[in-house]
Amino acid sequence: MSTAPIPVLELEHVGKSFGGTHALTDATIGVFAGEVHCLLGDNGAGKSTLIKVMSGIHQPTSGRVLIDGVETPLVSARFAQDRGIATVHQDVGMIPLMSVARNFFLGRELTRGRGPFRRIDMKRAREISLEHVRSMGIRRVHDADQMVGTLSGGERQALAIARAMYFGAKVLILDEPTSALGVKEASIVLKQIEVARSRGLGVVFITHNASHALAIGDRFTVLIQGRVAAAWTRGERSRNDVLDLMAGGEVVDDLFEKVTGEAAS
Amino acid sequence: MTDTPIAHVNTARRSSLAGAFVPTKIYRSPQFGALIAAVGVYVFFAVVAGPNGFLTPAATAGWVNATAELALIAIPVGVLMISGEFDLSVGSVVGASSITVALGSTVLGLPLPLVIIAALGVGALTGLVNGLIVNATRLPSFIVTLASNFILLGLALGLSRVLAGVSTVSVTFDEPWSTLFASTFFDLNVTVVWCLVVGLVAYWVLAHTRMGSWIYATGGNLDGAIKAGVPTNRVRLTLFIASGLGAALVGVLQAGLYHSGNAVQGQGFVFQAPIVAVIGGVLLVGGYGSVQGIVLGAITYGVVSIGLFYTGWTSDWLSAFIGGLLIIAVLANDAIRKSALKSGGRTRAPRARTKEGL
Repeated sequence: MSTAPIPVLELEHVGKSFGGTHALTDATIGVFAGEVHCLLGDNGAGKSTLIKVMSGIHQPTSGRVLIDGVETPLVSARFAQDRGIATVHQDVGMIPLMSVARNFFLGRELTRGRGPFRRIDMKRAREISLEHVRSMGIRRVHDADQMVGTLSGGERQALAIARAMYFGAKVLILDEPTSALGVKEASIVLKQIEVARSRGLGVVFITHNASHALAIGDRFTVLIQGRVAAAWTRGERSRNDVLDLMAGGEVVDDLFEKVTGEAAS
Repeated sequence: MTDTPIAHVNTARRSSLAGAFVPTKIYRSPQFGALIAAVGVYVFFAVVAGPNGFLTPAATAGWVNATAELALIAIPVGVLMISGEFDLSVGSVVGASSITVALGSTVLGLPLPLVIIAALGVGALTGLVNGLIVNATRLPSFIVTLASNFILLGLALGLSRVLAGVSTVSVTFDEPWSTLFASTFFDLNVTVVWCLVVGLVAYWVLAHTRMGSWIYATGGNLDGAIKAGVPTNRVRLTLFIASGLGAALVGVLQAGLYHSGNAVQGQGFVFQAPIVAVIGGVLLVGGYGSVQGIVLGAITYGVVSIGLFYTGWTSDWLSAFIGGLLIIAVLANDAIRKSALKSGGRTRAPRARTKEGL
C-alpha cells in the first residue's frame, strides 16, 4: 500500500444521518481502477445508504467524497453520472417492451439528419449495442431488435453494464446484482464483473453472498450497523473469517452452517 | 462459467437463420391483430352488404371519410396512450372548436383565419392544462381529462348560449379556407388529406425519432425512463397538446364540411378514440403500439359503422358489434404481446427447438 494509487472514488470519514438515526458513521472506503471492491453486510447494515452517497442520491452529513483524489461533492445523481459513476440497480431500469438497441441508447440516442428529419441512427444503434452486449459474454443475444423483455435477468444486467461502460463509466456500482439470480445466471454476472474490471473500471459489488464476493473481489469492506467493521484486501483473510464477519461478528456454528449452506445452493 | 459459450453459439447460429424469416416479425408486431381485424370486417361486409352497395365508390368514400375523421383524433390519443396516459377530453374539444369557429365568424364577425387559430388554440390550451395538471399532481389522466371534458362541454355550451342564444351556429368558409378545411373531391372529404399528413408525421415521430423512443419508454417503465434521463414530463405535455390539437382540427373540419358549429357534438369520440387505439394494438397500460395499428383500428371502426348501414339492419347493432370487436382485440393483443416476449423474441425458431425435444 506504500505506492498505492489514488482511488478513482473515495469516501473519507463519511457519515449520514436521517433525523436522529445514524445510517452511516465514519465510513472510509476507496474504489480503485481495475479492482472489484466488495461491500458486504447484512440487511440494514448501511450498504444502500453508502451506495446512495456514492451515486449522488444522498449527500453525506459529514466527511468528504473524492474523485481521483480531488474533493468533489456529489450534488445529484446526474452530477455523479456525468463524472462517470454509474449505478446499476437490481431492477436494472430497462424497458421490457422496447428493443435492445433502443434501450441501450435510451436518453442518449444517436441521431442523423437535421431539423424535422433528425432521426435515430438505428443501424449504428443496432451494431454498437449488439457488439457491446456480446462483448460481455452474452452470446444468446444476436438481434438488437429483440425486446429486452425476452432477456434473462443476467442478460439485462449485462446490457445495463455494457451501456454504462459505453457511456464512459469509470466506477460501476452494482447493487446486489446476483442476489435474485440462480447459480448459472449469477456466474454470468460474475463474468461481467470480471470483464468490467479487466477494462479498468472500479467496480463496487454489493452482495451478501460470501461465495460470490470471494470469487471475484480484490478488496472487501464489511459494514455492521453503519460502521466499517472490517476492511481487507484479497488473501488477507480466510473464508471462515469472512463468513463470521458477515454473520455480524458472531461465531455461531449453526449460523455458520446455514450461511455456507446458503452460499453453496 | 466457461462452458456456456458452446451451447450459446449453437443457439445463435440456428436463430440467425430464423432471423431471416420475416413473417415472424410481422405476426409479432403490435399492428398484426389490427390488420386481421380490418381485413376481416371488410371481407365480412363485402360478402354480407356487397350486394346492397357496400363496394360502390360512394360507400367506400363513406367509410374512408369516417375512418379519416376518427383516425385524426385516435392517432394522437393512441400515441398518448402509448406514453401511458388517457385523454377523454377530446370529445368536448371537437364541439368547443367547432362552436368557436362558428361563433367567431358568424356571430362576432371575426376573420376566418383568426377564428381557426382560436379554435386550434382551444384544443392546444385544453391539452396544455391537462398535461400540466397530470404532471404536477400525478393523478390518473383518466379522471383529470374526464373532468376537463365536462368542464369544457359546460363552458362551450354556456358561452354559446350567452353569445348566440343557441348551441348550434351556422358558418360558411370562403377561399382559401374552404379548400383547406371544407372541400370534397369525388366524395372524399379533405379530412382524408389531413389524416394522411397527421398519420405520416406521427409515424415518423414514433418510429424514427428520439421522441418516439421516449414515448415508448415513458409508457413502458416510467422509473427506468426517468433514470435514463428521458424528459418524461415534457413527453406527456407535448402529447396532451397534440391530442387537443388533433381534436380541435376535427372540430374545424366539421364546422367547414357541415357548415355549422355545435357545442355538444363530438362526445362520441371520448370512447371511440381509445377503442380504436386498442383495436389497433395499443396496450391499455402504455408502452406498446404503433401508428399503423391505430389507423387500421380506425379503418375497422369505419368499415363496421358504414358497413352495418349497407346491410340494411338497423344501426342499433353497432355498439354490440364494436363491443365484441373490442374484447376480441384485447385478447388478441395480449396474445401477440406475450408472443413477442417469449424467450428469444421474434428471432428464435420455436419449431426447430421443439423438434429437438428441448
